[in-house]
Amino acid sequence: MRKLGLLIAVGMVAAACGQPADVAVPAETTAAETTTPAPPETGPTTEATTATTEPVPDKLVIISHDSFASGVTEETFAAFTAETGIEVEVLPAGDAGSMVNQAILTKDNPVADVLFGVDDTFLSRALDAGIFVPYTSPLLDVVPDDLERDPERRVTPIDFGDVCLNYDVAAFAELGVDPPSGLDDLIDPTYEGMLAVENPATSSPGLAFLLATIGRYGDPGWRDYWEALVANGVRVESDWDSVYYGAFTRYGGDRPIVVSYASSPPAEVIFSDPRPDTAPTGVVTDGCYRQIEFAGILQGTESPEAAGKLIDFMLSKEFQEGIPLTWFVFPANETAELPAEFVEFTVIPDAPVTLDPADIEANREAWIDAWTGIVLP
Amino acid sequence: MDRRLDRDRPAIGTRRLTLALAALPVAFLGYLFVYPVGRVLWLALAGEPGTAFARVLADPRMRGSAWFTLWQAGLSTALTLLAAFPLTWAVARYRFWGRRLVRALVTVPFVLPTVVVGTAFVALGLDGSLAAILAAHVFYNMAVVVRTVGGLWSRLDPDLVDSARALGASPWRAFRTVTLPLLRPAIAAASSIVFLFTFTSFGVVLILGNLRWRTIEVEIYHQAITFLRLPAAGALAVLQMVGVTAILVLYSRYQERRAVRMRLVAEHQTLRRPTGVRLKAAVAAAVLGTTAAVMIPLGGLLAASFANSGAGWRFLTQPGPLATRPVEAIGNSLAFAAVATLMAVVVGTLSALVVSRGSGLVSRWFDVVLMLPLGTSAVTIGFGFLVALDRPVDLRATWILVPLAHALVAVPFVVRAAAPILRSVRPEVREAATMLGASPRRVFAEIDLPIVARAVAVGAGFAAAISLGEFGATSFIVRPNTITIPTLIFRLLSRPGSVSFAAAMAMAVLLAVLTAALIMAVDRVRAGEVGSF
Repeated sequence: MRKLGLLIAVGMVAAACGQPADVAVPAETTAAETTTPAPPETGPTTEATTATTEPVPDKLVIISHDSFASGVTEETFAAFTAETGIEVEVLPAGDAGSMVNQAILTKDNPVADVLFGVDDTFLSRALDAGIFVPYTSPLLDVVPDDLERDPERRVTPIDFGDVCLNYDVAAFAELGVDPPSGLDDLIDPTYEGMLAVENPATSSPGLAFLLATIGRYGDPGWRDYWEALVANGVRVESDWDSVYYGAFTRYGGDRPIVVSYASSPPAEVIFSDPRPDTAPTGVVTDGCYRQIEFAGILQGTESPEAAGKLIDFMLSKEFQEGIPLTWFVFPANETAELPAEFVEFTVIPDAPVTLDPADIEANREAWIDAWTGIVLP
Repeated sequence: MDRRLDRDRPAIGTRRLTLALAALPVAFLGYLFVYPVGRVLWLALAGEPGTAFARVLADPRMRGSAWFTLWQAGLSTALTLLAAFPLTWAVARYRFWGRRLVRALVTVPFVLPTVVVGTAFVALGLDGSLAAILAAHVFYNMAVVVRTVGGLWSRLDPDLVDSARALGASPWRAFRTVTLPLLRPAIAAASSIVFLFTFTSFGVVLILGNLRWRTIEVEIYHQAITFLRLPAAGALAVLQMVGVTAILVLYSRYQERRAVRMRLVAEHQTLRRPTGVRLKAAVAAAVLGTTAAVMIPLGGLLAASFANSGAGWRFLTQPGPLATRPVEAIGNSLAFAAVATLMAVVVGTLSALVVSRGSGLVSRWFDVVLMLPLGTSAVTIGFGFLVALDRPVDLRATWILVPLAHALVAVPFVVRAAAPILRSVRPEVREAATMLGASPRRVFAEIDLPIVARAVAVGAGFAAAISLGEFGATSFIVRPNTITIPTLIFRLLSRPGSVSFAAAMAMAVLLAVLTAALIMAVDRVRAGEVGSF
């Protein structure tokens, strides 16, 4: 739930970071937990680790999108600072697109050492602009291979979130209709006038949903699907807030099905007062699109070695276990345990749609234009 | 025209003073606007500028957006003037209970984050229509007219209208032939601000227009952010600035032609109690009608903030699952607003003095450049900061950049509020003082400055409101991770959960109350300084 910038007490991180010693040698801890010993391909890492001439910086700066920055508290990187003596400062730079473009514009004189939060929809642009230094974290062996997108390892996956259809449980109970089971159902007359989506030109989940339909129905097959959605009365809003808090029946709107995230139901439970026993919204696990968020060391940093350590820290079990309740996305480190709410109130879809970042970059404009032509003629 | 004004051209001594006054504003604008924007446009267009312009101009979609930008801004401005007229009249002419409160309330929409207003419109199913965009523009900008035009109107010498009435003119005729011509500078000033604001409208058009309606500003956002096509974005930004400059030049010529010297009096000498049933009813209708238009949406926010059995307000005192204390956000917002207002007032006051004292080409262009930041896309300014403000000191990620960006947008408000009043000072007053042996410095200190102080308070209120509402370029600059009320609202509204929603609404109500209180305090300062011009 990348858009979900929030300020939850990062108590989990703080608590988990109680033993900074673990952070110091994350490779050992994780190597002990996984059966494989330290991978042989740590070769590229030595580039950073052998460059012992690098003085230890006082501070590392992360440029990120507003959502990530808003979840950062004094505790977030406290364990890293305690261990290395390096302060960590996070600079918000607008939404993900704005952040990537700002990093590209400041390529010659970067404002930060590390960029975090580029997702697969903007990854190609960032890689093509040459803003990153390659880095292979020793912790990559606890990250599933299918989260990696760059063979040159210029970026490291840190978390992922699935954009999925959500439905209003109470509204469907009242209607006496079963919630949809997948994308195909949405063009069925039973669900006429029930769906609200975000505009892919202005919204990250909106683009993810469009990509899900492209991944599922192919190009140009998705165009017929969207024509059918239009015929079935799809409602379009510019952004997630308008869809969720404006159009969704749960908040007084007229649409019981919306495009949101797999983590929205647990968030609904956590951010209700009093806390309900069951989630008021449900997730349709078919037709989800997986957004992966990456971190990369920015070209031009004076401290690539320390920046590498910071990326290791962000992949450590301690940091990763704080991710769900802070940013409402899922940890990339498979050894990180999920909070109870994330186990009880949602599911991680087993077959989410993903596309090649290069394809997205090459076709984004054409797809969005075609979509606009079909949906908002 | 110019010849007539030549009479008012300052003498050599005053000219030197004018130059000295201009130094700081020129440095401010040069460093924070001309240089960054020039640099980013140069970067964007350096490749093949001709191609970028040709492609943008040849694209029917872009041409459509440009045309829409122009006519919706004109229409929005006209509608805002009409909608604001009754309240402006009532607060400028009459003394009634709650007058200051009403004048503060009408400024509140100004600070409400677009996302809050947008979501409210969407929830009512009003989005996607032109009417929604226009209504939102009127809602946001009414305060500009009420405060700018009302500020001058309440200082017009009532004897003028009284004489006309005594000579047998009907109230309407007296208004049309006496008051209206005298108000023209302020009406033009307010219109120019509303026009620029709506000409570069972004959030409202993005959320409510849903891409069916697009301004140039929205196109720039798409070209720059969604597609990173800097040449196209740069070409659009230049076109937008050319359009804005053309409007501003027309405005400034009009302003010079229409400038009327007149006697201004203190507000407490002009305000009257409405007498007679019909007049009382008219004032009440004007005040209540406009107040309702502002209060009904606010009431909606208030109701929504109490949903979930008041969880939204409990969030204010006991953070619960949230790490940030709203108190912190309030403190930061107030601190930013204080710094931004101070900067805007200093730069704006000096600028207004220069614009109103000088004449001729230099002063006219100075006035245009002062206004340009308001008519320049936020993406352009934000990206400009990024590529330009790393030398000599790297300001790009420092906290000071946030109030500086706010001040850049707020300066035109201070100038627009103050310049018409300053222009109206009759030169005889200055001449008389000079003849009596006062030095230019003394004339300035004894005559201009006291008048400025009061005029500037109107602009200061706006500057504070602009900063509290986090206007303009701040979403496109890299900035320190400092939480303010609008960013807290944004954060709350960008995640699911009934508590999040209620808390966001509670914070929006809090922002509204805070703004109203601040504006009232500023107005009190102004009212406290009695004395006649």
